[in-house]
Amino acid sequence: MSDFLAMGGYGTYVWSSYAVFFIVLAIDALAPRAQRRRVLAELRGRLLRRRSRTLPTP
Amino acid sequence: MNVLTYWFHKLGSPPVFDRLARVLAPWCYGLALVLGAIALYGGLALAPADYQQGDAYRIIFIHVPAAWMSLFAYIFMAVNAFIALVWRIKLSEVLAMASAPTGAAFTFITLVTGSLWGKPMWGTWWTWDARLTSELVLLFLYLGVIGLYHAIEDRRQAARAAGFLALVGVVNLPIVHFSVNWWNTLHQGSTVRLLGPSKIDAAMLWPLLLMALATHLWFFGTLLARTRNGLLEIDGGKDWARSIVLASQPGAAGAATERSHV
Amino acid sequence: MTAGSTLIACRALVRRDLTLVWRRRGDALNPILFALIVVALFPLALGPEPEVLRRIAAGVIFVALLLAGLLALDTLFRSDYEDGSLEQLVLSPHPLALLLACKIAVHWFTTALPLIVAAPLLGELLHLADPVRPVLLAALLLATPLLSLIGAICVALTVGMHRSGMLLALLVLPLYVPVLIFGAGACNAAGNALPYAAPLLWLGAALVVALVVAPLACAAALRISLS
Repeated sequence: MSDFLAMGGYGTYVWSSYAVFFIVLAIDALAPRAQRRRVLAELRGRLLRRRSRTLPTP
Repeated sequence: MNVLTYWFHKLGSPPVFDRLARVLAPWCYGLALVLGAIALYGGLALAPADYQQGDAYRIIFIHVPAAWMSLFAYIFMAVNAFIALVWRIKLSEVLAMASAPTGAAFTFITLVTGSLWGKPMWGTWWTWDARLTSELVLLFLYLGVIGLYHAIEDRRQAARAAGFLALVGVVNLPIVHFSVNWWNTLHQGSTVRLLGPSKIDAAMLWPLLLMALATHLWFFGTLLARTRNGLLEIDGGKDWARSIVLASQPGAAGAATERSHV
Repeated sequence: MTAGSTLIACRALVRRDLTLVWRRRGDALNPILFALIVVALFPLALGPEPEVLRRIAAGVIFVALLLAGLLALDTLFRSDYEDGSLEQLVLSPHPLALLLACKIAVHWFTTALPLIVAAPLLGELLHLADPVRPVLLAALLLATPLLSLIGAICVALTVGMHRSGMLLALLVLPLYVPVLIFGAGACNAAGNALPYAAPLLWLGAALVVALVVAPLACAAALRISLS
């Protein structure tokens, strides 16, 4: 196992490049989720504003 | 109407695409994870060490697929930008802009892993090699497209302007590569090739190709997710978008806006 | 009211642009001053040894002129956009690409040509080798119109923005890379007594293509950002 992690002495380079790969791609996949929440919140706000304007105030 | 064009038009309509994308996106992510895991096992554990580079060559299993994806995403973006500008299809505008961030991410990965590979092999983090320089210019092109898209207020106009820039860039890209190659021979820089004399063992090849497939699927997964957001943003006032907005659970930000209206 | 022929429209546009530049002729000196300052910074940073300066002279002058041209690009459509005459230009019955080509030509004539005239002086400051000087001038004569044409497309895309300086640089500089490589490459080849015709011919070929394509692209970009 430690042999596998050492990667013949190149462990630092190999594992850090794999780490960059996974971290960047994970961020890239999580970003649309955050964006979706933002878009939905904004649209919901706009929708409610419009509705409260059209409904007669008591 | 022709069946093919009928389906084409139907797919181009935002509500249909949204429904399809919601079903397809998890499949893309899931398949990408499974295939990626198999490719990683094949690349890191099964494939033998290279006789020249030892285990350092194992960076190839992410470096080369990322480099392929950086080009694929750019071409995908340019083709969609072309369709959007010529036929004014809304979906293509959104697709083109949705592929830019992922393409930039893959370009960034290519540069970083390339430099992490170069350090033990060439003894330096960066060399002004033709391919590295072209990839750097590609990253700047991506950042220019993303920057222009976010600088313009109107979403559709922003997509068209940034798409136009992407098309200018796609003309420029081969010229950049050619000029950088010429410049590199003039300066007789390091002509180090990471892949040896292009004889790659089958045990190394299949994880590489499988990883390339996995990154493609991952790209389409994020692309579909981003496209759904973009369509929602553009079609905010339409009926299908309204029903999605009302059906969604109000999150933290949503709850705050709701309270302010009660 | 008749629209008049396209030739007359182009002539009127050129005369108008030249008049506008002439009224603000003090501004025309700014790019030259900028290039001079940039070039003067290099000996201060690298030391005054003539050998070192001679080796980098052509490249430094090229980059300095490229940056000066980049700063001047913003004025291409700025005032026309602000006073509304740019939209009139888009609405005119004459081919927009041709009118824009006239505008770009005037802009090149008033900003880039003075820089090229000043280039031998900048060369003296950096001890530019004598055989390189004609090559540098030829390369600049071919490269600067190319830079103006490519830059005009990007300016057209950013025309409606309030603060577009940094973004414009990000859009333009990747597209400038091949021009810089061939232009400075020709000078360096001449400095090392290598054949330098090929890069100059490439620049010429690119210029011919850009002369035809870039005004059309610029017109399309302008239509997008003014829509």
